[in-house]
Amino acid sequence: MPAAGPPVLRLSGVSKAYPASGGASVQALRDVSLEVGRWEFISLVGPSGCGKSTLLGLIAGLDDPSAGSIEIAAGPDGATGEVAFMPQRDLLLPWRSLLDNATLGAEVGGGDRAAARKRARLLLPSFGLEGFADALPHTLSGGMRQRAALLRTVLLDREILLLDEPFGALDALTRAALQEWLLEIWEQLKAAVLFVTHDVEEALWLSDRVYVMTRRPGRIRLDLPVGLARPRSRAVRGTPEFAALKQRLLDALLADTA
Amino acid sequence: MLAALVGVWELVTRLAAVPEWLLPSPTVIVVEFVESLPQLAPHTARTLLEAAIGYGAALLLAFLVAALIDQSGLARRALSPLLVTSQTIPIFALAPLLAIWFGFGITPKILIVALACFFPIAVSLAGGLRNADPDMQALVRSMGGSRRQVFSKVKLPSAIPALLSGMKIAASYSVIAAVIGEWVGASQGLGLYMLRASSSFQTARVFAVIAVIAVLSVAMFLAVDVVGRRIAPWIYVRMEEAQT
Repeated sequence: MPAAGPPVLRLSGVSKAYPASGGASVQALRDVSLEVGRWEFISLVGPSGCGKSTLLGLIAGLDDPSAGSIEIAAGPDGATGEVAFMPQRDLLLPWRSLLDNATLGAEVGGGDRAAARKRARLLLPSFGLEGFADALPHTLSGGMRQRAALLRTVLLDREILLLDEPFGALDALTRAALQEWLLEIWEQLKAAVLFVTHDVEEALWLSDRVYVMTRRPGRIRLDLPVGLARPRSRAVRGTPEFAALKQRLLDALLADTA
Repeated sequence: MLAALVGVWELVTRLAAVPEWLLPSPTVIVVEFVESLPQLAPHTARTLLEAAIGYGAALLLAFLVAALIDQSGLARRALSPLLVTSQTIPIFALAPLLAIWFGFGITPKILIVALACFFPIAVSLAGGLRNADPDMQALVRSMGGSRRQVFSKVKLPSAIPALLSGMKIAASYSVIAAVIGEWVGASQGLGLYMLRASSSFQTARVFAVIAVIAVLSVAMFLAVDVVGRRIAPWIYVRMEEAQT
């Protein structure tokens, strides 16, 4: 699936330390190097507090690394607006209709608003949001809000999507449905995805490769290629290959706590 | 509750035969109100005008100051103490001074209203801006949004609930502040009318004016509430959800 060519995103030796009380500093990330190829779906798994969200914040340009470099194929490094970032919470602005939330990116970027709205309307059905264009966020269910947030992210039209535990707050059933749906969307999208989660099965089932991070300070412990053929059916989760991969991921994850 | 209170009042004044100049009964006040309506109306209009202009000025000024405080740390450190100090000066002490400086026209009344209304609006708006969700701000920044866009797309709308509560408090102050301004010296207005009535022991008229002031204050409060519901319907929905 991943096309050959230079990576769209490359992190080399990225570290991040935060000043803490008493002049000390907290090392959130240490020497993290990773690559995301064109149209690749990459997951990042790790225990909570391992700096996954910090890492995404650095890639999104919201903060600068203490050391190392972040190269984004699309444009200058360290700038905001280069990648499409979907934070953990849906962060739909409560005073805006679904459509106005989805097109926030075009509005902020000074793009063509009318065109963005038209495109958003066209995409509503495939996001399961048809007929809700004018709905305010509080009237939507958790799953719908998450899909709306993803629509907002997709409409940013970037080569790289950063998704920070997008399904973390949802019930298991909604979550499973949205995972399948995300794969469908991604296959049409032609964009690279960096997907943060702590759900091992979710990571495996969605990804081309999975990076495992350690507890703080976060480092990359394992880079695991997932050789499962696409498109993947639900049944893949029951195969021995899947089980073996899952075992390797769990071993890498739990090596920390032992 | 209010009806019961008025009922007791009516009964006590009648049974104990309280003289009218000391405490008139509610019915006497109502009769007085109806009789003095032709004079009361222009005074009321004048006071309402002062309150409305002063309120508008306070809103404008509070908006500028709160935005400045939000955008600049220097402005916050410089202006915050001034803001609080301005609130410790009693309006009663300031009213005669303003009359000396600006005469007996409408200007000092507007200034007093503006001064009384400015603080609650500025403080609540500044607080609302400060408490805007940092994740939402980061989201707009991640899209390449500028500081100004973060302010207009996230901070300002987030601050509307806080702004509205400040505006409601200020609205309930506005009428009484105008009346205080008129006490010092005026050619027209409820404050003047009330002062005249009280110095000639027309106690029923004083009460009628008090009632008008109370009704106006509540009306200003409700007006802000109605406007708030129109411009920010999502706030009220969330509150009602929280209650169920």
